[in-house]
Amino acid sequence: MRMRLSNDEASFRQQVREFFNTQIPKDIRERAASGETREPDDIADVQRILNAHGYAVPSWPAAWGGREWSPVQEHVFLDEMHLAHVPEPLTFNVDMIGPVLCEFGTDEQKARFLPGTANLDIWWCQGFSEPDAGSDLASLRTSAVRDGDEFIVNGQKTWTTLAQHADWMFALVRTNPDAPKRQEGISFLLIDMRSPGINVRPITLLDGSVEVNEVFLSDVRVPVENLVGEQDRGWTYAKFLLGNERTRVARVGVSKNRLALAKRLAAETPAGQGTLLDDPMLRARIAEMENELAALEVTLFRATSGDVDQAAIASILKLRGSELQEQTTELIADIAGPTALAVDGPSDEIPRWAQRSIRSYLAQRKVGIYGGSSEVQRMIIAKTLTGR
Amino acid sequence: MDFNLSREQTALRDAVRELYRRNYDIERLRETAIADRGWTSDVWRSLAETGVLGLAIPEDFGGAGAGIVEVATVMTELGRVLAPEPILDSAVIPADLLLRSKDPRQWQGTLEGIASGDLLGAMAHEERGDRWPHRAVATSATETADGWTLTGSKRLVKHGDVADFYLASARVGDDLAFFMVDGSTQGLSRTSFRTPDRRRGAHLLLENTPATPIELGDPDAALRRVETLEQVALCAEAIGSMEEALRITTDYLGSRKQFGTALVTFQALAHRLADLHVLVEMARSMSLYAVAVLEDGGDDPVIASRAALQVCRSARVIGHESIHLHGGIGVTEEYVIGQYAARLMAIEARLGGALEHLQQVASGIDAYDKVVLG
Repeated sequence: MRMRLSNDEASFRQQVREFFNTQIPKDIRERAASGETREPDDIADVQRILNAHGYAVPSWPAAWGGREWSPVQEHVFLDEMHLAHVPEPLTFNVDMIGPVLCEFGTDEQKARFLPGTANLDIWWCQGFSEPDAGSDLASLRTSAVRDGDEFIVNGQKTWTTLAQHADWMFALVRTNPDAPKRQEGISFLLIDMRSPGINVRPITLLDGSVEVNEVFLSDVRVPVENLVGEQDRGWTYAKFLLGNERTRVARVGVSKNRLALAKRLAAETPAGQGTLLDDPMLRARIAEMENELAALEVTLFRATSGDVDQAAIASILKLRGSELQEQTTELIADIAGPTALAVDGPSDEIPRWAQRSIRSYLAQRKVGIYGGSSEVQRMIIAKTLTGR
Repeated sequence: MDFNLSREQTALRDAVRELYRRNYDIERLRETAIADRGWTSDVWRSLAETGVLGLAIPEDFGGAGAGIVEVATVMTELGRVLAPEPILDSAVIPADLLLRSKDPRQWQGTLEGIASGDLLGAMAHEERGDRWPHRAVATSATETADGWTLTGSKRLVKHGDVADFYLASARVGDDLAFFMVDGSTQGLSRTSFRTPDRRRGAHLLLENTPATPIELGDPDAALRRVETLEQVALCAEAIGSMEEALRITTDYLGSRKQFGTALVTFQALAHRLADLHVLVEMARSMSLYAVAVLEDGGDDPVIASRAALQVCRSARVIGHESIHLHGGIGVTEEYVIGQYAARLMAIEARLGGALEHLQQVASGIDAYDKVVLG
């Protein structure tokens, strides 16, 4: 048993740290650090730099640009990326559709989509959730009916993240409404967002950002060559896709950065004879959160060694990772205190972080909801314990 | 980075597991715990034969020459079965302090006696009016023509009721020092007590009690090291107790039926099980972290406090929920789950408590930007 990185792992850490700090432009990292990343440009710029250095899609098969890194290396890479405040790669491209196409796509689909997916020439969005299919995804109703060499798609997707920038959508659609089990009538389609009949309506979140959208599909024609794998087997590919985002989901680095920021801000905030960071109650709260985050990070390390139940690990990371993201944004709003009441106006009067703090707190409630709510994660964990 | 046990470590774990499976069932454990001494000599001999008592003692001194990972691995197994034998208090901790002395060869016989199971030691350090981390030592050491003597009182000496020797802290002037005190010497009186988790201990009264100095280069550093080892070992033990308490509770909810269905089918209870599982995993992570750092030679009390804080937080909830989810039977003396809760409470009390460790961790938060692991 060894907590230290091996010499090779440590030099890998050094190498990627230097890469992020020298090759990713400073202004992009500064914008990310202060929560002001420009989408889609910053994301695309970073992805292209990563791609030029062979770092775009490390977890894909080697034939498509993968690096065949160890789980420890993958973790270190992501950790350094967070610590350097590099905006994360678009998860829909890198963690979701890429691996699905590598595993289940036809040779034509691979050649057509994978290079552009790695370089973010194609921006993907995920058409899974629907107004009546949230946690219970298998109840989705968007239909695809075969018509010659095409499917005709009708329905509505929602909570579609960054669909306003998307070139393509990978979507779950119902191709067989009469299947004996709901999961058996679903197919996995690739849909060109420029197709006639697609209408994207942005949804503004509580912090004023536009991150998610409703996507309406009305008689959208999709060529059959855009079907991934077999018709009616889409649920299998979706499960593969959702099981693929294991280590990302805890976002330990993001919370770590936020706690460090909280300490800096508290130390700059006058209170009584000193600063807010002198308050023993606040210190205790920060120390407790730092400790809980450390426990989560070691759990990630243990996962790379297979020391945690494989069926439960993704859910444990998601559940705890969400709670800590919720709590760290709450902490920053509390440090802002009354200064959080101005959401605009001069930043020399009220700094921008304070102006943003309550609205960020509110919008960050999303992390315990998306990607399987905390309650769904608890059911999965309980199932691994009880076997039922 | 690697959290796997080696083949030898796995074999050690399995040997201890098997030794306890052979020697105890729930009924025998209960009979043993309420009998006079609270543990079993036969098992003690088997532990010596398996090499557990001299685990971290170098081979030159009759031990197995293993490290902290092995000690922690054994502690987790002991916690799992609520093993009553005082391995940490009577063997591991006394041996570790003696090995910190300038010339451990001076203590060759004692170290061999620990490893063979013939000698039981105990740390006599805590005194009245002090809490973790215990530093209020008022016991005084005096050099006479016939050698050194100690005068003062020591309390809460873990398993001090049966110790053959004590390692007692005392002041020489203002300086901290440690002394070897023979358990049967004149001028030493002991009053035994029982703990809520059915263990034993003693309070000691020292009145011009003959004692032999233990030459430690830096007694404060040695104390810190031994305390860190104790903390890390207790955390590892707590992990075993928590994992087993959760397993027993999960089984119970799966078999107990009310309203015509197994309790575990109620979502409110399933969610609580999930939260308990997460708490156990977080505690296990911090425990392994502290073990790995100590194994690497970093006896950093702050890292031990990090582990202790998480273990205290998790243990408190696991103990409470294990009883609660069992219903009435959880509160009975004869059913085992309550004993796990009792052990976890006792470990927390020994660790120093969540509040003390939180204070320790919180005192240093402006010295760094981020917690760096590994």
